[in-house]
Amino acid sequence: MPFIRLDPPTPEAGPELFFEGRPLRFRPGETVAGALMAAGVTAFRETPVSGAARGPWCLMGACFDCLVSIDGQDNQRACMVAARAGMKVRRQIGARRDAAGAGK
Amino acid sequence: MSVAGELVVIGGGLIGAALAWGAARAGADVTLLDEGDIAFRASRGNFGLVWLQGKGLGHPDYMHWSIRAGRRWPELARILGEESGIDIGWRGGGGLHFCCSAEEMEQRRALIARTRAEAADISIELLDREALRERAPGIGPQVLGASLSDLDGEVSPLFALRAFHEGLVRHGGRLRTNFSAREIRRDPHRGFAIRDASGAEVTGRRIVIAAGLGADALARQIGLEPRLMPERGQIVVTDRVAPFLHHPASAIRQSREGTVLLGSTHEDAGFSTATEVEAIARLCRIGTRLFPALRSARLVRAWAALRIMTPDGLPIYDESPEMPGAFLVTCHSGVTLASLHALDLGPALARGDLGPAPRSMRSARLAVHPT
Repeated sequence: MPFIRLDPPTPEAGPELFFEGRPLRFRPGETVAGALMAAGVTAFRETPVSGAARGPWCLMGACFDCLVSIDGQDNQRACMVAARAGMKVRRQIGARRDAAGAGK
Repeated sequence: MSVAGELVVIGGGLIGAALAWGAARAGADVTLLDEGDIAFRASRGNFGLVWLQGKGLGHPDYMHWSIRAGRRWPELARILGEESGIDIGWRGGGGLHFCCSAEEMEQRRALIARTRAEAADISIELLDREALRERAPGIGPQVLGASLSDLDGEVSPLFALRAFHEGLVRHGGRLRTNFSAREIRRDPHRGFAIRDASGAEVTGRRIVIAAGLGADALARQIGLEPRLMPERGQIVVTDRVAPFLHHPASAIRQSREGTVLLGSTHEDAGFSTATEVEAIARLCRIGTRLFPALRSARLVRAWAALRIMTPDGLPIYDESPEMPGAFLVTCHSGVTLASLHALDLGPALARGDLGPAPRSMRSARLAVHPT
Protein backbone atom coordinates (compact mmCIF):
# COMPACT_ATOMS: atom_id res chain seq x y z
CA MET A 1 0.00 0.00 0.00
CA PRO A 2 1.54 3.29 -1.02
CA PHE A 3 1.96 6.17 1.40
CA ILE A 4 0.36 9.50 0.39
CA ARG A 5 1.44 12.95 1.51
CA LEU A 6 -1.43 14.88 3.06
CA ASP A 7 -0.20 18.43 3.18
CA PRO A 8 0.78 19.49 0.58
CA PRO A 9 0.41 16.44 -1.65
CA THR A 10 3.77 16.53 -3.48
CA PRO A 11 6.60 19.02 -3.34
CA GLU A 12 6.99 20.54 -6.78
CA ALA A 13 10.25 22.27 -6.05
CA GLY A 14 12.89 22.09 -3.37
CA PRO A 15 15.79 19.90 -2.32
CA GLU A 16 16.52 16.48 -3.76
CA LEU A 17 18.42 13.46 -2.55
CA PHE A 18 19.56 10.54 -4.66
CA PHE A 19 18.13 7.08 -4.14
CA GLU A 20 19.92 4.39 -6.11
CA GLY A 21 21.19 7.18 -8.32
CA ARG A 22 17.77 8.65 -9.10
CA PRO A 23 16.86 12.15 -7.83
CA LEU A 24 14.06 12.16 -5.30
CA ARG A 25 12.42 15.35 -3.99
CA PHE A 26 11.69 15.70 -0.29
CA ARG A 27 10.26 18.27 2.07
CA PRO A 28 12.76 19.92 4.42
CA GLY A 29 12.48 18.34 7.85
CA GLU A 30 11.57 14.90 6.57
CA THR A 31 13.57 11.83 7.49
CA VAL A 32 15.18 9.71 4.79
CA ALA A 33 12.60 7.01 5.55
CA GLY A 34 9.74 9.49 5.16
CA ALA A 35 11.08 10.76 1.86
CA LEU A 36 11.54 7.25 0.47
CA MET A 37 8.16 6.04 1.64
CA ALA A 38 6.42 9.07 0.14
CA ALA A 39 8.17 8.25 -3.12
CA GLY A 40 6.72 4.75 -3.06
CA VAL A 41 9.84 2.85 -1.95
CA THR A 42 8.93 -0.17 0.16
CA ALA A 43 12.05 -2.35 0.00
CA PHE A 44 14.82 -0.49 1.83
CA ARG A 45 17.20 -3.40 2.29
CA GLU A 46 17.84 -7.11 1.87
CA THR A 47 18.66 -9.06 5.01
CA PRO A 48 22.18 -10.47 5.44
CA VAL A 49 20.99 -13.99 6.28
CA SER A 50 18.09 -14.81 3.94
CA GLY A 51 18.23 -11.93 1.48
CA ALA A 52 14.56 -11.12 2.10
CA ALA A 53 13.37 -7.58 1.37
CA ARG A 54 12.64 -5.33 4.36
CA GLY A 55 11.25 -1.87 4.92
CA PRO A 56 10.51 0.49 7.80
CA TRP A 57 8.42 -0.89 10.59
CA CYS A 58 8.75 1.04 13.85
CA LEU A 59 9.91 4.40 12.44
CA MET A 60 11.47 5.26 15.78
CA GLY A 61 14.94 3.75 15.63
CA ALA A 62 14.24 0.52 17.42
CA CYS A 63 13.63 -2.18 14.79
CA PHE A 64 16.59 -1.60 12.42
CA ASP A 65 14.49 -2.75 9.48
CA CYS A 66 14.88 0.49 7.47
CA LEU A 67 18.67 0.23 7.14
CA VAL A 68 20.16 1.96 4.10
CA SER A 69 23.59 3.09 3.03
CA ILE A 70 24.00 6.89 3.17
CA ASP A 71 26.99 8.56 1.53
CA GLY A 72 29.02 5.36 1.85
CA GLN A 73 28.11 4.68 5.47
CA ASP A 74 26.28 1.38 5.68
CA ASN A 75 23.53 0.28 8.08
CA GLN A 76 22.10 3.74 8.71
CA ARG A 77 18.59 3.84 10.11
CA ALA A 78 16.65 5.82 7.49
CA CYS A 79 14.03 6.77 10.07
CA MET A 80 16.58 8.50 12.32
CA VAL A 81 18.42 10.55 9.69
CA ALA A 82 17.10 13.88 8.39
CA ALA A 83 17.06 14.09 4.61
CA ARG A 84 19.64 16.51 3.21
CA ALA A 85 20.02 17.87 -0.30
CA GLY A 86 22.40 15.81 -2.41
CA MET A 87 22.77 12.86 -0.05
CA LYS A 88 23.35 9.55 -1.78
CA VAL A 89 21.12 6.81 -0.43
CA ARG A 90 21.35 3.19 -1.46
CA ARG A 91 19.57 0.04 -0.41
CA GLN A 92 21.47 -1.94 2.20
CA ILE A 93 22.05 -5.24 0.44
CA GLY A 94 23.26 -7.85 2.95
CA ALA A 95 25.64 -7.10 5.80
CA ARG A 96 27.46 -3.79 6.03
CA ARG A 97 30.75 -3.70 4.17
CA ASP A 98 32.22 -0.44 5.45
CA ALA A 99 33.12 -2.05 8.80
CA ALA A 100 34.73 -5.10 7.16
CA GLY A 101 37.94 -3.29 6.24
CA ALA A 102 40.26 -5.10 3.88
CA GLY A 103 37.94 -8.09 4.01
CA LYS A 104 35.77 -6.28 1.48
CA MET B 1 3.39 -35.39 40.73
CA SER B 2 6.18 -37.88 40.29
CA VAL B 3 7.93 -39.01 37.16
CA ALA B 4 10.19 -42.03 37.42
CA GLY B 5 13.14 -42.34 35.11
CA GLU B 6 16.48 -43.94 34.70
CA LEU B 7 18.70 -40.86 34.63
CA VAL B 8 17.77 -37.37 35.78
CA VAL B 9 20.07 -34.50 34.84
CA ILE B 10 19.67 -31.35 36.92
CA GLY B 11 20.65 -28.36 34.81
CA GLY B 12 19.54 -27.61 31.25
CA GLY B 13 22.58 -25.58 30.17
CA LEU B 14 25.24 -26.80 27.78
CA ILE B 15 26.79 -29.25 30.24
CA GLY B 16 23.53 -30.85 31.39
CA ALA B 17 22.02 -30.80 27.91
CA ALA B 18 25.10 -32.39 26.33
CA LEU B 19 25.17 -35.14 28.98
CA ALA B 20 21.43 -35.75 28.71
CA TRP B 21 21.57 -35.85 24.91
CA GLY B 22 24.50 -38.26 24.97
CA ALA B 23 22.82 -40.54 27.49
CA ALA B 24 19.50 -40.54 25.63
CA ARG B 25 21.26 -41.20 22.34
CA ALA B 26 22.91 -44.21 24.00
CA GLY B 27 19.46 -45.56 24.85
CA ALA B 28 18.89 -44.36 28.41
CA ASP B 29 15.57 -43.00 29.63
CA VAL B 30 16.55 -39.42 30.48
CA THR B 31 14.84 -36.44 32.11
CA LEU B 32 16.55 -33.05 31.88
CA LEU B 33 15.48 -30.47 34.45
CA ASP B 34 15.92 -26.82 33.51
CA GLU B 35 15.46 -24.16 36.19
CA GLY B 36 14.20 -21.44 33.88
CA ASP B 37 15.14 -17.84 33.26
CA ILE B 38 15.73 -17.11 36.93
CA ALA B 39 18.96 -19.13 36.61
CA PHE B 40 22.25 -17.44 35.74
CA ARG B 41 22.28 -19.02 32.30
CA ALA B 42 26.01 -19.11 31.56
CA SER B 43 25.28 -21.15 28.43
CA ARG B 44 23.23 -18.32 26.99
CA GLY B 45 25.76 -15.63 27.77
CA ASN B 46 29.05 -17.11 26.72
CA PHE B 47 31.36 -16.26 23.86
CA GLY B 48 31.16 -19.54 21.95
CA LEU B 49 34.80 -20.52 21.58
CA VAL B 50 36.20 -24.03 21.53
CA TRP B 51 39.60 -22.86 22.74
CA LEU B 52 42.57 -25.15 23.17
CA GLN B 53 45.68 -22.99 22.85
CA GLY B 54 47.36 -22.99 26.24
CA LYS B 55 44.48 -24.83 27.90
CA GLY B 56 45.53 -26.99 30.83
CA LEU B 57 49.27 -26.31 30.76
CA GLY B 58 50.65 -27.72 33.99
CA HIS B 59 47.63 -30.01 34.39
CA PRO B 60 48.25 -32.93 32.02
CA ASP B 61 44.93 -34.70 32.58
CA TYR B 62 42.94 -31.53 31.96
CA MET B 63 45.09 -30.60 28.97
CA HIS B 64 44.72 -33.98 27.27
CA TRP B 65 41.00 -34.08 28.13
CA SER B 66 40.42 -30.64 26.59
CA ILE B 67 42.43 -31.37 23.46
CA ARG B 68 40.55 -34.62 23.04
CA ALA B 69 37.35 -32.55 23.23
CA GLY B 70 38.68 -30.27 20.51
CA ARG B 71 39.43 -33.27 18.29
CA ARG B 72 35.88 -34.62 18.77
CA TRP B 73 34.11 -31.33 17.99
CA PRO B 74 33.86 -31.78 14.20
CA GLU B 75 32.13 -35.12 14.80
CA LEU B 76 29.69 -33.60 17.30
CA ALA B 77 28.94 -30.68 14.98
CA ARG B 78 28.24 -33.08 12.13
CA ILE B 79 25.92 -35.28 14.20
CA LEU B 80 24.01 -32.35 15.70
CA GLY B 81 23.63 -30.74 12.29
CA GLU B 82 22.44 -33.93 10.65
CA GLU B 83 19.92 -34.88 13.28
CA SER B 84 18.53 -31.43 14.11
CA GLY B 85 18.86 -29.59 10.82
CA ILE B 86 20.05 -26.63 12.91
CA ASP B 87 23.15 -24.81 11.72
CA ILE B 88 25.04 -24.51 15.00
CA GLY B 89 27.61 -22.21 13.41
CA TRP B 90 30.56 -24.56 13.88
CA ARG B 91 33.82 -23.39 12.39
CA GLY B 92 37.04 -25.23 13.20
CA GLY B 93 40.44 -25.07 11.65
CA GLY B 94 42.31 -23.34 14.45
CA GLY B 95 42.11 -20.00 16.14
CA LEU B 96 44.14 -16.81 16.17
CA HIS B 97 45.48 -15.15 19.27
CA PHE B 98 46.55 -11.64 18.24
CA CYS B 99 49.62 -9.94 19.68
CA CYS B 100 50.05 -6.16 19.80
CA SER B 101 53.47 -5.96 21.45
CA ALA B 102 56.85 -7.68 21.36
CA GLU B 103 56.19 -8.83 24.89
CA GLU B 104 52.96 -10.53 23.85
CA MET B 105 54.77 -12.22 20.95
CA GLU B 106 57.38 -13.47 23.41
CA GLN B 107 54.66 -14.82 25.72
CA ARG B 108 53.08 -16.75 22.86
CA ARG B 109 56.50 -18.13 21.88
CA ALA B 110 56.94 -19.35 25.45
CA LEU B 111 53.45 -20.85 25.44
CA ILE B 112 54.22 -22.73 22.23
CA ALA B 113 57.47 -24.08 23.69
CA ARG B 114 55.69 -25.19 26.86
CA THR B 115 52.92 -26.83 24.86
CA ARG B 116 55.55 -28.88 23.02
CA ALA B 117 57.42 -29.70 26.21
CA GLU B 118 54.23 -31.00 27.80
CA ALA B 119 53.55 -33.15 24.72
CA ALA B 120 50.17 -31.65 23.98
CA ASP B 121 48.52 -33.10 20.89
CA ILE B 122 48.05 -29.69 19.32
CA SER B 123 50.26 -27.79 16.95
CA ILE B 124 50.62 -24.04 17.41
CA GLU B 125 52.67 -21.73 15.22
CA LEU B 126 53.56 -18.09 15.57
CA LEU B 127 52.67 -15.93 12.57
CA ASP B 128 54.53 -12.69 11.98
CA ARG B 129 52.64 -9.67 10.72
CA GLU B 130 53.07 -10.51 7.05
CA ALA B 131 51.97 -14.13 7.45
CA LEU B 132 49.03 -12.98 9.55
CA ARG B 133 47.93 -10.44 6.95
CA GLU B 134 47.39 -13.22 4.47
CA ARG B 135 44.83 -14.73 6.81
CA ALA B 136 43.44 -11.53 8.30
CA PRO B 137 44.01 -8.68 5.84
CA GLY B 138 42.16 -6.06 7.86
CA ILE B 139 44.46 -6.02 10.91
CA GLY B 140 45.50 -2.67 12.31
CA PRO B 141 49.04 -1.26 12.34
CA GLN B 142 49.61 -2.21 15.99
CA VAL B 143 49.09 -5.91 15.40
CA LEU B 144 52.49 -7.60 15.27
CA GLY B 145 51.42 -11.17 14.75
CA ALA B 146 49.37 -14.00 16.15
CA SER B 147 49.59 -17.56 17.27
CA LEU B 148 47.55 -20.03 15.24
CA SER B 149 46.72 -23.57 16.26
CA ASP B 150 45.31 -26.43 14.24
CA LEU B 151 42.51 -27.10 16.67
CA ASP B 152 40.50 -24.19 18.09
CA GLY B 153 36.99 -23.61 16.85
CA GLU B 154 33.80 -21.67 17.45
CA VAL B 155 30.12 -22.36 17.63
CA SER B 156 26.89 -20.55 18.35
CA PRO B 157 26.20 -21.57 21.95
CA LEU B 158 22.51 -20.76 21.57
CA PHE B 159 21.97 -22.91 18.49
CA ALA B 160 24.09 -25.71 19.97
CA LEU B 161 21.97 -25.65 23.11
CA ARG B 162 18.80 -25.79 21.06
CA ALA B 163 20.14 -28.68 18.99
CA PHE B 164 20.89 -30.61 22.21
CA HIS B 165 17.44 -29.89 23.66
CA GLU B 166 15.63 -30.91 20.47
CA GLY B 167 17.89 -33.92 20.02
CA LEU B 168 17.22 -35.09 23.56
CA VAL B 169 13.50 -35.15 22.88
CA ARG B 170 14.08 -36.85 19.52
CA HIS B 171 15.98 -39.60 21.34
CA GLY B 172 13.05 -40.18 23.67
CA GLY B 173 14.19 -37.96 26.56
CA ARG B 174 12.13 -35.40 28.44
CA LEU B 175 12.96 -31.72 28.90
CA ARG B 176 11.21 -30.31 31.92
CA THR B 177 11.42 -26.54 32.22
CA ASN B 178 10.78 -24.26 35.19
CA PHE B 179 11.87 -27.02 37.56
CA SER B 180 13.99 -25.32 40.19
CA ALA B 181 15.59 -28.27 42.00
CA ARG B 182 15.95 -27.63 45.72
CA GLU B 183 16.09 -30.91 47.56
CA ILE B 184 17.66 -34.26 46.75
CA ARG B 185 17.02 -37.34 48.83
CA ARG B 186 17.38 -41.08 48.47
CA ASP B 187 14.21 -42.83 47.49
CA PRO B 188 14.10 -46.41 48.78
CA HIS B 189 12.39 -47.73 45.64
CA ARG B 190 13.38 -45.45 42.85
CA GLY B 191 16.90 -44.29 43.59
CA PHE B 192 16.64 -40.54 44.08
CA ALA B 193 13.86 -38.03 44.46
CA ILE B 194 14.37 -34.40 43.47
CA ARG B 195 11.94 -31.84 44.74
CA ASP B 196 11.54 -28.33 43.35
CA ALA B 197 10.59 -25.07 45.01
CA SER B 198 6.89 -25.68 44.33
CA GLY B 199 6.91 -29.20 45.77
CA ALA B 200 6.91 -31.06 42.45
CA GLU B 201 9.00 -34.20 42.47
CA VAL B 202 10.97 -36.15 39.89
CA THR B 203 12.60 -39.49 40.64
CA GLY B 204 15.35 -41.38 38.92
CA ARG B 205 17.63 -44.33 39.50
CA ARG B 206 20.65 -42.09 38.94
CA ILE B 207 21.11 -38.34 38.97
CA VAL B 208 23.65 -35.88 37.61
CA ILE B 209 24.02 -32.41 39.05
CA ALA B 210 25.07 -30.04 36.25
CA ALA B 211 23.46 -26.95 37.68
CA GLY B 212 26.11 -24.29 37.14
CA LEU B 213 26.36 -21.90 40.07
CA GLY B 214 23.31 -23.60 41.54
CA ALA B 215 25.29 -26.83 41.94
CA ASP B 216 26.85 -25.94 45.30
CA ALA B 217 23.66 -26.19 47.31
CA LEU B 218 22.62 -29.40 45.53
CA ALA B 219 26.03 -31.08 45.68
CA ARG B 220 26.17 -30.61 49.47
CA GLN B 221 23.09 -32.81 49.70
CA ILE B 222 24.98 -35.69 48.12
CA GLY B 223 28.04 -35.07 50.27
CA LEU B 224 30.21 -33.15 47.80
CA GLU B 225 31.67 -29.65 48.26
CA PRO B 226 32.63 -28.08 44.93
CA ARG B 227 32.84 -24.54 46.45
CA LEU B 228 31.99 -22.81 43.18
CA MET B 229 32.55 -19.10 42.65
CA PRO B 230 31.20 -16.78 39.95
CA GLU B 231 33.55 -14.90 37.65
CA ARG B 232 31.93 -12.23 35.53
CA GLY B 233 32.66 -11.84 31.83
CA GLN B 234 31.33 -8.96 29.73
CA ILE B 235 30.80 -9.19 25.98
CA VAL B 236 29.72 -6.67 23.34
CA VAL B 237 28.25 -7.43 19.93
CA THR B 238 28.04 -5.31 16.78
CA ASP B 239 25.55 -5.24 13.96
CA ARG B 240 26.06 -7.61 11.05
CA VAL B 241 29.23 -6.96 9.10
CA ALA B 242 30.25 -8.58 5.80
CA PRO B 243 32.61 -11.53 6.50
CA PHE B 244 36.15 -10.33 7.21
CA LEU B 245 37.40 -12.63 9.96
CA HIS B 246 37.85 -16.19 8.72
CA HIS B 247 39.20 -17.78 11.90
CA PRO B 248 37.95 -17.96 15.44
CA ALA B 249 40.08 -15.68 17.61
CA SER B 250 40.54 -15.32 21.33
CA ALA B 251 39.15 -11.81 21.84
CA ILE B 252 37.05 -11.29 18.72
CA ARG B 253 34.70 -13.60 16.91
CA GLN B 254 32.58 -13.05 13.84
CA SER B 255 29.46 -15.18 13.86
CA ARG B 256 28.07 -16.97 10.84
CA GLU B 257 25.42 -14.25 10.63
CA GLY B 258 28.07 -11.51 10.56
CA THR B 259 27.83 -10.00 14.04
CA VAL B 260 31.17 -9.35 15.73
CA LEU B 261 31.58 -10.35 19.37
CA LEU B 262 34.27 -8.73 21.49
CA GLY B 263 35.15 -10.16 24.85
CA SER B 264 35.39 -11.12 27.36
CA THR B 265 36.42 -9.63 30.66
CA HIS B 266 37.34 -11.44 33.89
CA GLU B 267 35.96 -9.81 37.02
CA ASP B 268 35.01 -10.63 40.55
CA ALA B 269 31.64 -8.93 40.84
CA GLY B 270 29.88 -11.45 43.06
CA PHE B 271 26.66 -12.57 41.46
CA SER B 272 26.13 -9.30 39.57
CA THR B 273 25.49 -9.60 35.85
CA ALA B 274 25.58 -5.85 35.32
CA THR B 275 27.65 -4.34 32.50
CA GLU B 276 30.01 -1.40 32.93
CA VAL B 277 30.64 1.40 30.45
CA GLU B 278 34.40 1.30 31.07
CA ALA B 279 34.59 -2.41 30.28
CA ILE B 280 32.44 -1.95 27.17
CA ALA B 281 34.71 0.87 25.99
CA ARG B 282 37.81 -1.23 26.63
CA LEU B 283 36.42 -4.13 24.58
CA CYS B 284 35.56 -1.76 21.74
CA ARG B 285 39.09 -0.29 21.83
CA ILE B 286 40.59 -3.78 21.62
CA GLY B 287 38.34 -4.60 18.66
CA THR B 288 39.14 -1.43 16.72
CA ARG B 289 42.85 -1.81 17.43
CA LEU B 290 42.76 -5.29 15.92
CA PHE B 291 40.49 -4.31 12.99
CA PRO B 292 40.28 -0.51 12.57
CA ALA B 293 37.39 -0.70 10.09
CA LEU B 294 35.21 -1.80 13.02
CA ARG B 295 35.11 1.85 14.07
CA SER B 296 32.13 2.21 11.74
CA ALA B 297 30.35 -0.85 13.13
CA ARG B 298 27.45 -0.25 15.48
CA LEU B 299 27.53 -1.56 19.02
CA VAL B 300 24.19 -3.31 19.31
CA ARG B 301 24.28 -4.88 22.73
CA ALA B 302 26.47 -5.58 25.74
CA TRP B 303 25.88 -8.20 28.38
CA ALA B 304 27.54 -10.02 31.21
CA ALA B 305 27.43 -13.64 32.30
CA LEU B 306 29.03 -15.56 35.13
CA ARG B 307 31.65 -18.26 34.64
CA ILE B 308 31.38 -21.15 37.05
CA MET B 309 34.77 -21.43 38.71
CA THR B 310 36.03 -24.20 40.93
CA PRO B 311 38.74 -23.20 43.45
CA ASP B 312 41.50 -24.48 41.09
CA GLY B 313 39.74 -23.61 37.83
CA LEU B 314 39.58 -27.23 36.66
CA PRO B 315 36.44 -29.26 35.98
CA ILE B 316 34.89 -31.60 38.50
CA TYR B 317 33.68 -35.04 37.44
CA ASP B 318 32.61 -36.89 40.54
CA GLU B 319 30.32 -39.48 42.02
CA SER B 320 29.08 -39.19 45.57
CA PRO B 321 30.95 -41.70 47.75
CA GLU B 322 28.04 -41.90 50.18
CA MET B 323 25.30 -42.00 47.55
CA PRO B 324 26.52 -44.02 44.57
CA GLY B 325 24.54 -43.17 41.48
CA ALA B 326 24.58 -39.43 42.24
CA PHE B 327 27.06 -37.55 40.07
CA LEU B 328 28.40 -34.00 39.83
CA VAL B 329 29.74 -32.39 36.65
CA THR B 330 30.87 -28.78 36.55
CA CYS B 331 33.36 -26.70 34.57
CA HIS B 332 33.74 -23.26 33.04
CA SER B 333 34.34 -24.65 29.55
CA GLY B 334 30.90 -25.95 28.73
CA VAL B 335 31.37 -25.20 25.04
CA THR B 336 34.89 -26.59 24.59
CA LEU B 337 34.16 -29.77 26.52
CA ALA B 338 30.66 -30.30 25.09
CA SER B 339 31.89 -32.85 22.56
CA LEU B 340 33.29 -35.18 25.23
CA HIS B 341 30.31 -34.58 27.49
CA ALA B 342 27.94 -35.50 24.68
CA LEU B 343 29.82 -38.31 22.94
CA ASP B 344 31.70 -40.02 25.80
CA LEU B 345 30.46 -38.95 29.22
CA GLY B 346 26.73 -39.00 28.47
CA PRO B 347 26.82 -42.65 27.29
CA ALA B 348 28.97 -43.55 30.34
CA LEU B 349 26.44 -41.99 32.70
CA ALA B 350 23.73 -43.94 30.89
CA ARG B 351 25.62 -47.06 32.02
CA GLY B 352 26.14 -45.63 35.48
CA ASP B 353 29.75 -44.50 35.60
CA LEU B 354 32.02 -41.59 34.74
CA GLY B 355 33.63 -43.40 31.79
CA PRO B 356 36.81 -41.77 30.59
CA ALA B 357 36.66 -38.73 32.90
CA PRO B 358 40.06 -38.56 34.63
CA ARG B 359 39.93 -39.61 38.26
CA SER B 360 42.18 -36.68 39.14
CA MET B 361 39.22 -34.42 38.46
CA ARG B 362 37.17 -35.67 41.38
CA SER B 363 36.35 -33.07 44.00
CA ALA B 364 38.42 -34.78 46.70
CA ARG B 365 41.36 -32.74 45.39
CA LEU B 366 39.64 -29.62 46.73
CA ALA B 367 39.01 -30.93 50.25
CA VAL B 368 39.83 -28.49 52.99
CA HIS B 369 42.26 -30.29 55.27
CA PRO B 370 42.36 -29.16 58.90
CA THR B 371 45.74 -27.59 59.62
